[in-house]
Amino acid sequence: MENGFDFTVIWNNIAHFMVGRYPSGPIGGLLLTFYLAVVSCILSFIGGLVLGLMCVSNVRIIKYPTLSLVNAVRGMPLLMVIFWMYFLLPALMGRPVVESWTVIAALTLFTSAYMSQIVQAGIEGIPRGQTEAALSTGLHPWHAMFYVILPQGLRNMIPSFVNQFVSMIKDTSLAFIVGVSELTHVATQVNNRTMIYPTEIFFFIAVVYFIICFAFTSLSRWLEKRLTWRK
Amino acid sequence: MFAYKFDWAIVTSGQYFEWLVSGVKITLELSVVSIALSFALGLFVAVMRMSNARPLLWFSHAYLEFFRNTPLLIQIFFWYFGSYKILPEVVNDWLNTMDFEFAAAVIALTIYTSAFIAEDIRSGVRSIPKEQMEAARSSGFSYLRSMQYVILPQAVRITIPPLINQFLNLTKNSSLAMTIGVAELTYQARQVESYTFKGFEAFTAATLVYLGMSLIITGLVTLYSKRVLSPMGVK
Repeated sequence: MENGFDFTVIWNNIAHFMVGRYPSGPIGGLLLTFYLAVVSCILSFIGGLVLGLMCVSNVRIIKYPTLSLVNAVRGMPLLMVIFWMYFLLPALMGRPVVESWTVIAALTLFTSAYMSQIVQAGIEGIPRGQTEAALSTGLHPWHAMFYVILPQGLRNMIPSFVNQFVSMIKDTSLAFIVGVSELTHVATQVNNRTMIYPTEIFFFIAVVYFIICFAFTSLSRWLEKRLTWRK
Repeated sequence: MFAYKFDWAIVTSGQYFEWLVSGVKITLELSVVSIALSFALGLFVAVMRMSNARPLLWFSHAYLEFFRNTPLLIQIFFWYFGSYKILPEVVNDWLNTMDFEFAAAVIALTIYTSAFIAEDIRSGVRSIPKEQMEAARSSGFSYLRSMQYVILPQAVRITIPPLINQFLNLTKNSSLAMTIGVAELTYQARQVESYTFKGFEAFTAATLVYLGMSLIITGLVTLYSKRVLSPMGVK
């Protein structure tokens, strides 16, 4: 420990860590991390719901291909999914795709697969009697799902969704690989520029991620207690 | 896309095939070493978390929360770039005598995964009804013997599926080691891509390896749950 710690490097670069080169350039840092996480979260909520409903479908031609897709994605490292999107998206769209959207697409596909499992479990957790009652009052199966099953199921899923969001925030750090200047990327940039403060920089970044993720983890635990108590 | 010529021979034989194979080997090495270490460390932390001593409880709680709520990539960078300032001189010298990239990846993967493993072990033990302990104690077993003969044999069986899932996650997470230059599978796939521009073939090969590992292991876990856990009355 001959050279001690010097945290002034953090304060000298704090704006860079938080917002990147904004306002003189594109947004980056923590703000971009949030942007990636929130956009992918909204998209993968929808994706997870759709995939989850397809997984519990009675139509085989819908159910089994969806299940295979979900299991294939869950069997891959996220890094692989990001690389796939990096190659496939431009080829499929016929034009270059901005890196941040490559990452959003990868995170959405990856997290949708995990969310679909939560949705599936949430739907299957509602007693059969509910479906039977809904159907016997003359509701169409779709209406039974949307007005009776899902509203109850979704409430039970909320804590798991929040946990998934925490994973999502942690996973946005992989955007670094394709050069999106979110928090992790900014950290390596500052580290490359200043050279001698890696311990301080990465510890600080870890603490930033920790504060955010821990807040959401605590929220999820609180919700879990509250929602179970009301049942 | 449609002008693209597939050339699968590139990844099924020759030099690039050998690169991928060496990548698989490093991925397996990295995973096996980290699995063994993270299980040991996870068990240790879980025991601390279940003890009655306040400092141990407090420490293990902080450990679990901190390492589970921080991205693995940051932890890898921390150990790779920043650990020299917090580790004693002797340890630094020792780490430098070996493949430091590999060592840093093992340290990061081990610590990250141990936090998840500790939680799984703890919830496994807690899932055994406390009447079991009371019954064991009242039939004359000491605390340790009750643990040994009654609680742990059941808890271990229940904990096996989540543990194996964590090991599988670790194997998938080991792909992040490429960022610090460990030549594992993902790294080699990328390498093949940049030498040949055959990214599609290279990543298909790597994906199939990961998928194969995941599907086989998930299949075995499902089989285990059906054969061993269902008869025990565990859902």
